[in-house]
Formats: sequence, structure tokens, C-alpha cells
Amino acid sequence: MTAFIIRRLLISIVLLFFISLISFFIITLTPGSPYPWGELNPKVSEDVKRVFREKFHLDRPLHEQYGFIMRDLFTGQLRSIKDERPVLQKIAERLPATLVLNLGALALSLSFGLLLGVYGARYAGRPPDVITSILAFVFIALPSFWVSYLLAIGLVNYAAVPILGTHTIGVTFANGLEVFLDRWWHVMLPASILAIGGIAVQSRFIRASMIETLREDYIRTARAKGLDENAVFYRHALRNSIRPLITGIGMLLPALIGGAVIIENIFAYPGMGRLGYEAVLERDYPTLVALNFVTAALVLLGNLLADVLYAVVDPRVRLE
Amino acid sequence: MITTTPEPLEAAAAGPMARALRRFRADKIGLFAVAMVCLLGLISLTFFILDRLGIPWPMDPNATNLERKLMPPNSVNWLGTDNLGRDVFSRLLNGAYISLTVGFVAVFVSLFIGVTVGAIAGYFGKWVDNLIMRIVDAIMCFPTFFLILTAVALVGPSIFNIIVVIGLVSWTGTARLVRAEFLTLRESAYVQAARAIGQRGRKIIFRHILPNAAAPILVTAVLGVPSAILTEAGLSFLGFGVQPPQATWGNIIADGKTYILDAWWLILFPGLAILVTTLSFYLTGDALRQAVETRSERQ
Repeated sequence: MTAFIIRRLLISIVLLFFISLISFFIITLTPGSPYPWGELNPKVSEDVKRVFREKFHLDRPLHEQYGFIMRDLFTGQLRSIKDERPVLQKIAERLPATLVLNLGALALSLSFGLLLGVYGARYAGRPPDVITSILAFVFIALPSFWVSYLLAIGLVNYAAVPILGTHTIGVTFANGLEVFLDRWWHVMLPASILAIGGIAVQSRFIRASMIETLREDYIRTARAKGLDENAVFYRHALRNSIRPLITGIGMLLPALIGGAVIIENIFAYPGMGRLGYEAVLERDYPTLVALNFVTAALVLLGNLLADVLYAVVDPRVRLE
Repeated sequence: MITTTPEPLEAAAAGPMARALRRFRADKIGLFAVAMVCLLGLISLTFFILDRLGIPWPMDPNATNLERKLMPPNSVNWLGTDNLGRDVFSRLLNGAYISLTVGFVAVFVSLFIGVTVGAIAGYFGKWVDNLIMRIVDAIMCFPTFFLILTAVALVGPSIFNIIVVIGLVSWTGTARLVRAEFLTLRESAYVQAARAIGQRGRKIIFRHILPNAAAPILVTAVLGVPSAILTEAGLSFLGFGVQPPQATWGNIIADGKTYILDAWWLILFPGLAILVTTLSFYLTGDALRQAVETRSERQ
């Protein structure tokens, strides 16, 4: 197990190197410049431009710029072009909100995906399965921003569900529990919308895996010894759907984090997605590179955890 | 989708193509989805041609009329008007081709890259495979939509750039699939035989392996179209899609969101258009998958 984790960490480092290269070159090779005043602004003197360029190493060749960015990133010195604050600090401020939103959406995707998928598999080929399948495809096909606005209209008009931010502003809560409930109340709507696609994908995945499991020999044995179909299904087959459940963690994470960019913008949710969107608008290269790096590292970590979990729950899996 | 029709036994002899076709024909939801896809294709082509010919029908999508702004659906403007008095129905029809073009061409780009990369990795194996698959793994760690948004925003939004960026980012799934197919097919008897009679690598790849991997590639292609359409709509919504005054389904919603509580029709109809389109493609893709699957999912 330890050997496996060490090996995976080494591979992750190689992957992170590729990731940093890809994100750096996508960002720097595109036309345009990161100057906050606009490239051709005549009011900015040549000296100011030169100082700015030197400060952010923009006067160096690309491979040296890459070296500087990576060095600064790892020493925590990397600063945003926009406000010159340390990038890692900016990201760290947004990290808790992002984790809550994405882990919430992940939990919703996995749990409701499991329910829907198991239900579909139980009635495979029959009307309940056809209906849940179509429902799953509708969920995948829905544009999340559209759902957000429709729900926002409905909820603002007919219910008191908050649609902005992470907490009620201007209210001091009596105790930690109330603060927690307030935050939970705020994150519920964005997390649910973010999870819609994940629920659908995960349910298809679980359904296929359950149907596959039902063809296994041990299921035939269970049926042969006279167990009724419910016992076979819920006691013997269902246990195996824990595997696609875990694989789903690694599969869904990148999509969730990417999808959160839109959701966080709509619901004024201060997470990393919004930070990224703002950085894109401001062409803030250091923030963009660091953000891509950090999210990719989180995804890799999620994958590693999923693999370890996989080996823990499934004795047939040997980690090498 | 799932059908309950039992398969006649004698048909099993009739080759995989015939079997797939027969299964597909029995799938009513799949057939309906294909019909919808064709209809949508026809609509967008028609209105693209009308637009280029300069025939404003049913109305000029970009003609403003401030006296009739934010009109709810009525007999003149069937789906209402926006904040500049432009006819929403005309704009929807006029923007249809953007979605479908982005969907199809981006998938074509991503297929081209994915198949090439996957074929190289799967056929040559060893360190080539290792290197390529590590790069694929690295790209798969990126939050896709954010990567696309970054690239499109920096290059500058235009239909061409959007297509290229979506294509460049979304080929990894295809590459993995093609590689897996190649790894299996490479060891099959007929490929061994082709190699034994001295055929060259390129010929083996294109003549012997690729045609046999065509079915799963086709399925991923069809399923790739709606996700490209959704990505384009999302970009449009954030203001990085095809730029105004050209109407796209995403930017009608983005413009309409300011008037969300007064003008629901600006949000509802473009979203429905997107939903119907993506759903048709997903259902078509799923029906195709069921039809070409060698091992039936039915119990």
C-alpha cells in the first residue's frame, strides 16, 4: 500500500509538471498582453511599462518566465498582476467555499446517482427504467445556467431560499450551529444545480455496472439456491456498485470544478471558479497558472484517494 | 433506449451492421431522437441560408424596435421581444446554426486528434504509449470548462476559435477509447496475419484496425456533439461566445437575465431550444450505443 501511494505520488508529480507546462503555454502563447492599463495606452510612460515588465519577468524569454512562475509558486512569492497580492493567499481565501460547494455537489451526485441508477437497474428494460433513463438524459442535457435562472425566478417569487453569497449578511447568529445552518442553507441551491449533471452521469454508470453484475456467476448461484429476486438484488448485487461509486469521485471532480465557474458567477458565490473568471477577464496570468495548478492538484488528490478507497473496500483489487 | 422486443434468433447470422440497424429500427425513442436531430439540422440550415440571402423571415433577427420592447409572446412576435424590441423567435431560428456548427465541427476536430493520438499510442505501445497517456491524464485533470473559458477568452471569442478550442481540449476521451480498442485489436488474429504477410504499420492501422473500432468511435462522436453545444452555450452565457449582434441561444439568455423577473420568455425559450437539441443528440447517441453493442444490455 505504501509503495503504491509513493509510486502514485511520483506519477502525480510528473503529471503536475505536464499540467503546469500546458496551462502556462496556453495562457502565455495566446495573443494579447496582461498589462492592466492596456497595451497601447499612450498615457503610460515607457519607464512604467519597463518596470512593470521587469517586476513580472515579462521581458524574459518564455522558458525563463515559466521557471520564474514555478519558482515563485512554490515559494509562495507569486503575486497577482491585478492587485499584487500573493496568489496562493487569494486562492486559500476561496478554497473553503469551493470545497464546500464541490464536495456538496459531489455527495449529491453520488447519492442520488446511486438511488436513480439502482432503481433503473432493478427494473431494467421495464417502464420505470425507461422513465429514469430519459430523466437521466434530460438531466445531462440541461444547461446549468438556464436551470439556475428558472429556479431563481421560482424561488425568489415563491420561497425564501437565498440565491446570493455564502451567508446572510448583517445578521449575527447566536451560536455555531446557526451559522452552520445558515451556510448550509445558502450552499444548497448552487450545489444542487451543480450536481444535476453528475447525478445523471453517475446513475447511468451505476445502472450499467449493476446490470453487468447481475450476469455474474455468484448471482446465478444465489438465484439457484432459491433466494428471492429482492434478496439477490439488494444483498448480493448492490454491494458491487460501491466500485462505480468510488470511480465516480475521480470522474466527476474536474467536471464539477469546471461547471462551478458558471454557477458561482450566477449565485455570487465567492469560490475559486469566480476567482478564475475574474482572472480571465483581467488577464491575470500568475493567478490563472496557479489556479489551474491548484485545481489539477486537487483533482489528482481526489483520484488518489479514490484509488486507495477502492483497494480498501474491494479485496480483489491489489495495489501495485 | 431500452426496448423490450425480444431478438429473433435467426437474425443473429446477419452480420453486425444488419443487426445494429435492426436493433436501431426497433428503438422508438432513438428513431424519434434521430428525426429531431434531422429536423434541427434542416431548420438551422434553412435559416442560415435565408440569413445569407438577406431574406428576413419571419422577421429580421437584428431589427430593433424600441416601441415594442420586452413584449410578452403575442400574435406578431410569437415568442415575445427582447429589451431592444428584437423578435425572439427570429433570433432563436437565426442562432440555431451556431450551436449545431460548433457541435459538429468541434467534435470533428476532437475526433481527428483523439483518433490519431489514440491510434499512435495503442499501436506502438511501450514508451510512446506511456508518454502520450501521461499527457492525456494531465489534460484530464483540468477542469475542462475553465480551461476552455481561459483559452477562448485569451484568444478572443469567435466561432472559429471556440470550435478549435473545444476540439483541442475535448479529445482525451476519444484518445483513451481508441487506444483501448487498438490494444485489444492489435493482438487479434487478423492483425497478426496482416503483419505476418508483411503489411506496413500505416496500412494495418487504417485498413484493419480502425474500421473495427468504428462503432464505439461513432458513438462517442454523437455523444460529443451535445456536450460541445452545452459548452458553447455556457461560453455565450458568460459573454465569451460568438459576439453580438449575432444571436446565439446562450447570449439571448445572457442578455435576458437582466430582465429576468419581467421577461421570462427571454430565458425560457432559448433554454428549451438548447435542451431539445442536446437531449435529441444524447438520446440518438445512446440508441446508437445500444444498437452497436456486441453484448446486449438486456437481461
